[in-house]
Amino acid sequence: MKRLTTLLSALVAMMSTNVFAEYALNMTEGVTSISRDIYDLHMMVFWISVIIAVVVFGAMFYSVFAHRKSKGYKAANFHESTKAEILWTAIPVIILVGMAIPASKTLIDLEDTSKAEMSIKITGHQWKWQYDYPKEGISFISNLAQSSKDVIYATPADREAVDATGDTYLLSVDKHLVLPVDTSIRFLITSNDVIHNWWVPAFGVKQDANPGFINDAWAQIDEIGTYRGQCAELCGKDHGFMPIVVDVVSKADYAKWVAEQQAAAAAAVASATKTWSKDELMAQGEGVYNTNCAGCHKKDGSGMPPIFPPMKDSPIANGSAADHIGLVLHGKGGMPTFKMLGDADLAAVITYERNAFGNTGSVVQPSDVTSAR
Amino acid sequence: MTTATDTTATGHDDHHHGPEKGLMRWVKTTNHKDIGSLYMWFAFTMVLIGGAMAMVIRMELFQPGMQIVDPHFFNQMTTMHGLIMVFGAIMPAFVGLGNWLIPMMIGAPDMALPRMNNWSFWILPFAGGILLSTFFMDGGAPAFGWTFYAPLSTTFAPDSTDFFIFAVHLLGFSSIMGAINIIATVLNMRAPEMKLMDMPLFVWTWLITSFLLIGAMPVLAGAVTMMLTDRNFGTSFFDATGGGDPVLFQHIFWFFGHPEVYIMILPAFGVVSHIIPTFARKPLFGYSSMVYATASIAFLSYIVWAHHMFLTGMPVAGELYFMYATMLIAVPTGVKVFNWISTMWRGSMTFETPMLWAISFVFLFTIGGFSGLMLGIAPADIQYHDTYFVVAHFHYVLVTGALWSIIAATFYWLPKWTGKMYNEKLAKVHFWWAVISVNVLFFPQHFLGLAGMPRRIPDYSLQFADFNMISSLGGFAFGASFILLTYIVIDCIRNGKPTTARPWEGAKGLEWTLEPKAQYHSFNTPPSRKLIEQESQNS
Repeated sequence: MKRLTTLLSALVAMMSTNVFAEYALNMTEGVTSISRDIYDLHMMVFWISVIIAVVVFGAMFYSVFAHRKSKGYKAANFHESTKAEILWTAIPVIILVGMAIPASKTLIDLEDTSKAEMSIKITGHQWKWQYDYPKEGISFISNLAQSSKDVIYATPADREAVDATGDTYLLSVDKHLVLPVDTSIRFLITSNDVIHNWWVPAFGVKQDANPGFINDAWAQIDEIGTYRGQCAELCGKDHGFMPIVVDVVSKADYAKWVAEQQAAAAAAVASATKTWSKDELMAQGEGVYNTNCAGCHKKDGSGMPPIFPPMKDSPIANGSAADHIGLVLHGKGGMPTFKMLGDADLAAVITYERNAFGNTGSVVQPSDVTSAR
Repeated sequence: MTTATDTTATGHDDHHHGPEKGLMRWVKTTNHKDIGSLYMWFAFTMVLIGGAMAMVIRMELFQPGMQIVDPHFFNQMTTMHGLIMVFGAIMPAFVGLGNWLIPMMIGAPDMALPRMNNWSFWILPFAGGILLSTFFMDGGAPAFGWTFYAPLSTTFAPDSTDFFIFAVHLLGFSSIMGAINIIATVLNMRAPEMKLMDMPLFVWTWLITSFLLIGAMPVLAGAVTMMLTDRNFGTSFFDATGGGDPVLFQHIFWFFGHPEVYIMILPAFGVVSHIIPTFARKPLFGYSSMVYATASIAFLSYIVWAHHMFLTGMPVAGELYFMYATMLIAVPTGVKVFNWISTMWRGSMTFETPMLWAISFVFLFTIGGFSGLMLGIAPADIQYHDTYFVVAHFHYVLVTGALWSIIAATFYWLPKWTGKMYNEKLAKVHFWWAVISVNVLFFPQHFLGLAGMPRRIPDYSLQFADFNMISSLGGFAFGASFILLTYIVIDCIRNGKPTTARPWEGAKGLEWTLEPKAQYHSFNTPPSRKLIEQESQNS
């Protein structure tokens, strides 16, 4: 008993010192018409359940307290009543019909993506999201932010390091998805490897990303702000580490952002055709490696054998460049494909893998990757 | 049709039929009680193993940051915890209860197919052993969740997955044989004077469950066989690049998976329908409506599977249909809850341990039912799907539902199994310990899910820290309660006080007409019509 009290008081102390204690108890109302409809449905069904629970459990506990042998209560002997049976079959049916009507309306509305003004293609990868703006010609990959990665890949990741990362621990990424406010947006969702699920609670959008198929969903976001979500379908080792961050901006800011991204994309195309020096490739490659590869193969190239082989002294990194490029492009077994990365990034990371960690492989140029695709 | 009634049975011959001595008794036994005990002890061992994995999960989730295990091992833990609890613990425990109780309840000497009964049990330790051995293989144990969705479980899975597939096949064999045996026993070995509508509800619910098993397990076998050929023989049932469809896997899996849910809960309904009338000293309310409700639930369970798949990109018409069909399940389930409460109403209740478990079953299972209703509302499922809200929901129906009824049944029939009484005081301490800790464990998970915490993640952001810590503390306390349960059961077997044939004042049923410790062969001569009517729940 004494131990329990100490434990409980320790717990209370821990909670009161925790600055992030918010005690979120309920679903978010969100910032789209769909998320609000869902919230209303949720609350309606919840309160109906509460009312039924009060009546049913009320009767049960009244009986438990009143109809006791210890109080000398004598048992009655009734054991059936057709009237009662019909009544408690019919009443639930009526209540269910009452719930089904608004639920059907919301469902039909949220499945109708035909009024969309723009489309975003979302592709799940193990374990990151790729965003494509097909009309604007923008494409980028969004990874878990380095600050969170540093914590989870350090062993063991202790509580202080987590707290230092702040309240966006595991909920921040390197590149945000940027969307305009007050615009009806269609999300086209698919996957490159296993099934993922793109979920932003504030939008009321959660849709499976199935490899080989495209699902759709839509949202019209009413408020400018930053919204966070996570992958909601088990997709392998780092399923917990592929968050979603969306910046919703004014239409003017959005147009500015699009122009910037298009300029950057043009520069990237130019860089893929030039010949890089080894130092340039190594410098660029280290960043790409830490973002995309270090999760399994570790920052120091030691890997996690026998599941994830080490880079150090690897027969592939020290062997033929063509095999190495092929493996990174197409994947094999547990190793996913990385063909969604640009040619310059791929050349840089392959060069890095072949020359870091004491490896002695050749230098790979972006043009080598282009021709290997 | 000959029944196995041995009309020449005398005291002298009974001696002849006694169990073999030593270890070989358990290997060679064809006796329903011995096999029932084997099933129960196997299930209990699996509860402890699966529970230990749950402890690892709750330790890792105790606070943010990766402290104890790496994410890959965490996924192995959640996967194996689920598989072991479903296939190793809950299902075998109910088969064990069925083995022990059904012959005694229908006035039969034993099960209809005793040798198959032995076989269907002895497959289990091998299947369980194969499943657990995957931990020691290169690449580790299966880490794709107990629902093993393709392609994570095919193209992207460790080599040990083939062993997992073999284990699932074996478990399926065992379940199907168990189900065939129960159907054959209930239909052929029932006392000649016992009509179907005289059967106790536990027998009814198990009979219906057996048909669910026979319908559902072959579908699971099909799913894992398709996985096997996808993995090893170049087919692409679940691979879009070869013309397959990963969503097809989910349809097949849940066509098995949803009936499976009711396989794990219908016998629980049966158990509770025995305990509540006993301690309310009042006949079960609405016997026939209970039977019809069970059958309706079983039927509906086959036509609602895709409510697990609202987010897979189903057409809206499909979503509407599966939402309506799912909501319908609330009706027969509600009938059952109302009937139990009407049974209690104006009874003369006492609260021995089995009754405490049964009442808390009604209360907590119904909470799981409410969250189930919420999950069935397709648009709302968008926000609940694959979050801790779902985790809370299915633990309320499986732990405080199925497992609760198994513990309730153990305390209720332990005197009949052993001829001895357990320590009532300790058993009550255990009950309150378990019921409080299990709610500390699972109730906050509703809040976590609504606040947006996905399930199956090894680490979480700081906003989820407090409820996870509370949940973990509840988890450790609930885990520890099993030590006390083990002690109470072993103490009863070893040191329990001898009891009478009918230790519960209000108990009805043919099993209570047997000796205090039920004889090795339950009924050598079938009970008379008069006795059957006297002991019937349908009075």
